[in-house]
Amino acid sequence: MQIEVTINNKKTTLEIEPDELLADTLRAQGLLSIRQACDTSGCGLCTVWIDGQPTLSCSTLSFRVHGKNVTTIEGVPEEAEAFARVLAAEGADQCGFCSPGFIMTVLAMKNELPNPSEAEIKHYLTGNLCRCTGYMGQMRAIKKYLGGE
Amino acid sequence: MFTINQLVQPETIEEAAAILAANKSSMILGGCAFMRLGAQKIGTAIDLSKLGLDDIKELDDEIEIGAMATFRAVETDPVLNEYFNGVLPKAVSHIMGVQFRNIATVGATVFSKYGFSDLITPLLALDAEVELFNGGRMPLTEFLDKPPAKDILTRVMIKKNQRQAGYQNLRKSTTDYPVLNVAVANLQNQWRIVVGARPPRAKLAAQASAAMSKGNHSAENIEQAAQLAAEELSFGTNMRGTADYRRAMCRVLVKRAVTGVLQCRSK
Repeated sequence: MQIEVTINNKKTTLEIEPDELLADTLRAQGLLSIRQACDTSGCGLCTVWIDGQPTLSCSTLSFRVHGKNVTTIEGVPEEAEAFARVLAAEGADQCGFCSPGFIMTVLAMKNELPNPSEAEIKHYLTGNLCRCTGYMGQMRAIKKYLGGE
Repeated sequence: MFTINQLVQPETIEEAAAILAANKSSMILGGCAFMRLGAQKIGTAIDLSKLGLDDIKELDDEIEIGAMATFRAVETDPVLNEYFNGVLPKAVSHIMGVQFRNIATVGATVFSKYGFSDLITPLLALDAEVELFNGGRMPLTEFLDKPPAKDILTRVMIKKNQRQAGYQNLRKSTTDYPVLNVAVANLQNQWRIVVGARPPRAKLAAQASAAMSKGNHSAENIEQAAQLAAEELSFGTNMRGTADYRRAMCRVLVKRAVTGVLQCRSK
């Protein structure tokens, strides 16, 4: 079946299978920032935006993005780099495998919540797991990034 | 891994129902968040995205939640945050991450009657009703007791009233399934105490609810209601907890939930 979808501001027509998952569709388009890790919808590594909303691409059937805007980290390079620099400065990237999904969730949170409290930040990010950092560096980085430091 | 042989996106609910009835291996798709955990072979997958069932509407006397509304929509909806002490947004906000809640749908959870559901428990406490294409409108309590049938859940309805409600849950970690959850609601001293994730699906604790509805809100009576809930419901054992542990925690969570509702000021 065919879908029309805008991926990172570029409208495209894709041939997909009815049971194809968005993570596979995007990776087949060369968007290799999409990580596939937990297989249980629980780690957040595959996070992309669908019409601006953070969504698990590993658990979204591809046909459901027909007519929608899909954004991966490749589509927001400037914002992603700005936050990634703060992450790295705080020693919060380590292996970096979870970073693309994590950054997409943080950017979505920035768009959605004007001045999030620490509790709101933690709540918004509960769906993003990181095996390396223990989250302290990430929290420091988020606060600095949102504070404009 | 699941497979889908054919996908259809009907334009009307009648069309969807006809396709569902015509094919033994047909299935309605919900949010599909758990689909990849299974190995179902679906002949015809029916997607309801074109039926406009993703809205949450405030009507004159009730709130209507479309079957395709996501948990995130429930969590952020201003009307649901205003009514019943925001019990529904609070309950779903515990479910995994925001990315997951943008996928999982109300209809799939309710229709599947998931035992671990964080949503069914407060919906039962609020005395919600469901609308099915074939089965019509009925109380959620009645729907949960019916045997599985091929049908399409279209909406969940909740009466708009001054009901005060609260939700308590116990989890091993933030994003895990609940070991146990409890929802309590009170409307003009008619209490509904519901316990879910026992691990079987949520159930009304009728005797405990009746005990609270007698109007005595002393600490002793609350303790007695919590004890009744623990005694009248059955509990099971799974990897998250034993039946005895759940029974003990039931008393604690019911007490906390009732106390929380008593502390709520009327809207």
